[in-house]
Amino acid sequence: MRIQVHPILEFKKGKKISFTYDGKTVEGYEGEPIAAALHAAGVRVLSHSRNFKRPRGFWCAIGNCSSCNMSVNGIPNVRTCVEPLQDGMIVETQQGKGVIGGVPGE
Amino acid sequence: MNKAEILVIGSGPAGLKASLSAADQGAGVTLVERDLFLGGQLVKQTHMFFGSREQYASERGFKIAEKLTAAVEEHPGVRVLKGAAALGYYDDNVVTLEMKGRVVPVSYDAMIMATGAQENTLMFPNCDLPGIYGAGAVQTLMNVYGVLPGKRVAMLGAGNIGVIVSYQLLQAGVEVPAIIEAAPEIGAYHVHASKVRRMGVPIYTSQTVVSAHGTDTLEKVIIVKLDGSWQPVPGTEKELDVDVLCIAVGLTPLTEILFQAGCEMAYIPELGGHVPRRSAVMETSVPNIYIAGDVSGIEEASAAMVEGTIAGLTAAFNLGYGRDSYDKKIAAANLELDALRKGPTGEKIRTGLQNLKRTVEVRQ
Amino acid sequence: MLKKTGVPTSGQVEAVKPSPERLAEGPVVIVECFQEIPCDPCYTACKRGGFLPFEDINDLPRMDFAKCNGCGICIGACPGLAVFVVDETYAEDKALLMIPWEFLPVPEEGSIVKGLNREGDVLADVEVKKVRSAGSHNQTSILTLIVPKKYAHDIRSIRVD
Ligand SMILES: Cc1cc2nc3c(=O)[nH]c(=O)nc-3n(C[C@H](O)[C@H](O)[C@H](O)COP(=O)(O)OP(=O)(O)OC[C@H]3O[C@@H](n4cnc5c(N)ncnc54)[C@H](O)[C@@H]3O)c2cc1C
Ligand code: SF4
Ligand code: SF4
Ligand code: FES
Repeated sequence: MRIQVHPILEFKKGKKISFTYDGKTVEGYEGEPIAAALHAAGVRVLSHSRNFKRPRGFWCAIGNCSSCNMSVNGIPNVRTCVEPLQDGMIVETQQGKGVIGGVPGE
Repeated sequence: MNKAEILVIGSGPAGLKASLSAADQGAGVTLVERDLFLGGQLVKQTHMFFGSREQYASERGFKIAEKLTAAVEEHPGVRVLKGAAALGYYDDNVVTLEMKGRVVPVSYDAMIMATGAQENTLMFPNCDLPGIYGAGAVQTLMNVYGVLPGKRVAMLGAGNIGVIVSYQLLQAGVEVPAIIEAAPEIGAYHVHASKVRRMGVPIYTSQTVVSAHGTDTLEKVIIVKLDGSWQPVPGTEKELDVDVLCIAVGLTPLTEILFQAGCEMAYIPELGGHVPRRSAVMETSVPNIYIAGDVSGIEEASAAMVEGTIAGLTAAFNLGYGRDSYDKKIAAANLELDALRKGPTGEKIRTGLQNLKRTVEVRQ
Repeated sequence: MLKKTGVPTSGQVEAVKPSPERLAEGPVVIVECFQEIPCDPCYTACKRGGFLPFEDINDLPRMDFAKCNGCGICIGACPGLAVFVVDETYAEDKALLMIPWEFLPVPEEGSIVKGLNREGDVLADVEVKKVRSAGSHNQTSILTLIVPKKYAHDIRSIRVD
């Protein structure tokens, strides 16, 4: 869901691009945060908590809280609320602490 | 190593004004901002600001950000680093920055911390469900990126932020069924409250959210009335079908680096939590580290700008810049600050600042 | 009560209303700002002396209704959207009301919209007489509405269905 018209603001959007989210193709605008593009596409669950596997969405949207951590292009723990979207990115729901360089975190 | 004469961390109204005032005095300024754009909270604010002309009253927040950002970027004395997050403090005046995945140390002669604040959370069953967001987060999503947070959004907290974000939700075409406030009175400026009220948004004082429900994401919240001692009144529970709940229950200063640097801190609830002890001209207890804006105590953009000016002038002065004009400029800034804090709405901040002074006296 | 609900009491509203004599003379400003906050652009916006000088930025606005001609410039300057202009001389049973408006859609001139009171309840259908921008750098619109005279002091917002 995107704002089409606004009484005060005009939104400058980047180029329309596509990326994959858990294997599905999703469209977004280049340069906007990954989480914003996912939210606009109706995706609100970004990760799961480590111990109880509870669903997690974003919380602060300014890179402070890590509630929005996902795996991006194979790199875990990317704060998707501030990471700019690029064409062809591979975004995945992260399991546990994620895997760096093939070594699982838990 | 990278060198900065005056390193300003954070580019909200406080950091922007600090950069401009120090550079105007002739000092060399490096301004670092973790976001990819400058302006801090201002870029999200679509409403006209209060204050007086000196603080750009009646201009919209994002327009003030545009003006200050342009001034900073055009100023030959200011170097701007965007996408640069200050990570940590090291002895001998060094701060590390994270830039494009690399860690870059920067040494400085003086540092002005203007990192602002983070939003407080609130605990209740299922408060971690996706759909429960910080009010500032919703503001960012909506006003910076043009993405709607949901269809029906309840607001928890009737302070200025809660009420203004509610108004901005209405502007974006979102339904706001209620603003819920635990305190018996609205904390926001009453003119703000009246403008959402006359659009048909009810404000429920002495009520709170007791739980949230939904399978994977938020579907409804239960609200309840509170009695005189803030206890839920049994039998007053009401369901509210919403897909988003915004939490606007206050801010906490972002002080990690000041703690690391060993600045003397005190816990002052009226200022939002732990804040650094400071002199009248925004010097912390650690030489060459200054503060301005919400990191020094949660207040308003208008005050943040004036504090930024004071910190910038003083940092420059202590490095030998602008010795002739300092006294006059500081006196003018102090007059502005006093005027902003003088009225009834400034009482909390006045009390906080007094209590902060007192803790210092006790310790000495 | 204003502090609890955001709705001012009728006593508060009465206290800031111009006298019946002044209202009978033509358009005049009504400023519904009841709390001392650090804010003064209403005063700096008026070039006619309609607002008495602020000694302190926290002062409540105080008016000199004799100097006000109801031009409405101060409406767009007020961040609290607390300023309105009423002209009770418009017609026998109709008054003109100017309000600030920051939502979409901006109603068309000549269209009929719902007039809402301070609680957001519909009081009457009202006609939009005029729509103007508050200034080239200010996205607030100023609407002039034709309202039933008995509601001139109650209608404070609109809904465009
Ligand atoms: C909804 C809302 C409405 C408001 N309305 C008004 C109003 O009408 N009038 C008014 O006067 N005030 C208003 N305020 C308050 C005002 O926005 C804040 O008080 C003000 O922005 C504080 O300024 P600041 O510069 O201290 O912090 P901020 O504006 O928060 O800026 C801090 C900056 O520092 C950056 N940063 C943080 N940590 C780091 C790091 N480690 N490294 C690099 N950069 C970092 C952040 O990204 C940010 O850009 C409002 C606030 C909100 C949320
Ligand atoms: S309506 Fe015009 S004349 Fe009257 S107070 Fe406002 S600006 Fe001044
Ligand atoms: S500008 Fe509006 S909110 Fe500010 S003092 Fe004047 S009437 Fe009150
Ligand atoms: S939502 Fe807080 S870091 Fe992304």
